Amino acid sequence: MTLYRQGKVPGSFYDGYGQEAVSAGATWAMAPEDRLCILHRDLAAHLIRGVPPARIFAQYMGRDGGVTGGREGNVHFGDRNLGCVGMVSMLPDMMLVAAGMAMAFKLRDETRCAITWFGDGSTSRGDFHEAMNWAGVQKLPVIFVLENNQYAYSTPTAGQFAVNPVERAAAYGFPGVTVDGNDAEAMFEATRVARERAIAGDGPTLLEAVTMRMHGHAAHDDMKYVPSELVEKWRAKDPIDLQVRRAETLDVDVEALRAEIKAEIEAGVEEALAMAMPDGDTATDRLFADEEALLSDGNGPWSGFAHASGEGA
Amino acid sequence: MPTMTYLQAISDAMREEMRADERVFVMGEDIGAFGGAFKVTDGFLDEFGASRVMDTPLAESGIVGTAVGAAVEGMRPICEMQFSDFISCGFDQLVNVAAKMYYRQGLSVNITVRLPSGGGFSGGPYHSQNPEAWFMHSPGLKVVAPSTAQDAKGLLIKAIRDPNPVVFMEHKHLYRRVKGDVTAGSYETPFTARLAREGEDLTVIAYGAMVHAAMEATEDLGGASVEVLDLRSLVPLDEEAILASVRKTSKVVIVDEANMTCAAGAQVAALIAERGWEDLDGPVVRVATPDVPIPFSPTLEQAVLPQVDDIKEACRELLAY
Repeated sequence: MTLYRQGKVPGSFYDGYGQEAVSAGATWAMAPEDRLCILHRDLAAHLIRGVPPARIFAQYMGRDGGVTGGREGNVHFGDRNLGCVGMVSMLPDMMLVAAGMAMAFKLRDETRCAITWFGDGSTSRGDFHEAMNWAGVQKLPVIFVLENNQYAYSTPTAGQFAVNPVERAAAYGFPGVTVDGNDAEAMFEATRVARERAIAGDGPTLLEAVTMRMHGHAAHDDMKYVPSELVEKWRAKDPIDLQVRRAETLDVDVEALRAEIKAEIEAGVEEALAMAMPDGDTATDRLFADEEALLSDGNGPWSGFAHASGEGA
Repeated sequence: MPTMTYLQAISDAMREEMRADERVFVMGEDIGAFGGAFKVTDGFLDEFGASRVMDTPLAESGIVGTAVGAAVEGMRPICEMQFSDFISCGFDQLVNVAAKMYYRQGLSVNITVRLPSGGGFSGGPYHSQNPEAWFMHSPGLKVVAPSTAQDAKGLLIKAIRDPNPVVFMEHKHLYRRVKGDVTAGSYETPFTARLAREGEDLTVIAYGAMVHAAMEATEDLGGASVEVLDLRSLVPLDEEAILASVRKTSKVVIVDEANMTCAAGAQVAALIAERGWEDLDGPVVRVATPDVPIPFSPTLEQAVLPQVDDIKEACRELLAY
């Protein structure tokens, strides 16, 4: 945000303040060979998969060394070398892309899973229905994470749907599960179970991660349409505070950890600021691929995969 | 060399590629047991099985979107829209997800979207459209439109192998009307123009069904020698072939079955105005469908779609200029 105010981040600035646990917990439950279609509130997913902070800052700043080399802005990216596909602005288009990846896994008889995140507002669009129905009909190994952060831009959920979309999952023939989206461990566990179900061939799961968007839709939005009591209520449920309390009970030196992360971030900013802006002469390059360029695996740091799949430690 | 209809050539292209490459599969509405609305995939279910001849829910956005997902995982889906008109329901996935993926993220999307297009048989406003210009205006998509059986097979094989999203415009009115010798086995037809007939006095530029109308219209024009250039590919557009023909004949009639405004032919006319001006010996003349939906009744439909006589008349006037 400071970089944005300094004019070093062009366009606008979107973040996932207050809802960090949703992607952090879910991504932790995904294996290296799984695939992720990531929403713009879900920075943690990129970090866990292995994108270095400098490349993320460079991405925000439109620099050559950003993940998209300046072709795309803010969190509209996915590092294909880490099994990630960036979102498009038309939500929830990536639900169908994730379903298609799952379709490929099923066609090739592979034990893998795809996951995608989308917001409460996007459940009003037709692609939500098409993806839910498609995945239900074909029993695809895909996890849909509905990130219910109470507002789609300025529209509250009461103006978005008459029935909570998590209840619709039953109508498509698979479970819809409501999860505390501000609890990273609850998100991890719900995703782990959904993934087990997916790779066992039992089909998709819709997870509703209940959370709150604690910033405006983007940097320009002061979100004065949100009652302050609501913001305060959710502030008391901050996902990072919760995780800090847990860490402290395990005797983790949280202050040292914070200092380490701060230093890593500052180094990342410095590195990104030193990167060049892309050359304008390259703007029309790379419209078409000369050869196939596909996805590779990313980091899946959870140590329990081997155990969970019954292969021993 | 076997003789095939345009439709059989399209089937043959898919069959060849599916036999040779297990990454290739077809997906669409009613393409399995029924063999597709036009029977292009007739017999495919028996040969390749239900997982590679995938009957999908009635969901065009779903067809294109899941195809993109399968493609970035290394599959090579061929999507059939039952009619080209229905791609409007999958438009967002095609122009926003598939088309821009490689430019934005360096991730290639090898999908082929087959669009049975065109009018001439009372299909009415929703079964007769020629929407190719929508895709020409969406950077990242290739757009091809064969007019012969030989090119239908070769262009489709090339499209299936191309690592980018390719929109394959197959004209419904040619399916069983056009027959020709088709090379056996596998071959690629390049995304370039084809000289359908050489000539000296005037060039008619067309693609798809209008190539046949142009050939018929210019068979006998009082002894004039008329060149007919079949574009075959709209993106990439074979600019050099167009300009070379203009240099040779100095007079050009451009025919589109699509609606006039911003049609493929408009782009060709703009190209000639910019880069072929000095070679012209008369105005660039366009024959296209006026900017109305395609009406149902035969008399109304014939009144709007370019007819052989319309092309003849345009050529005669330009020859006399």
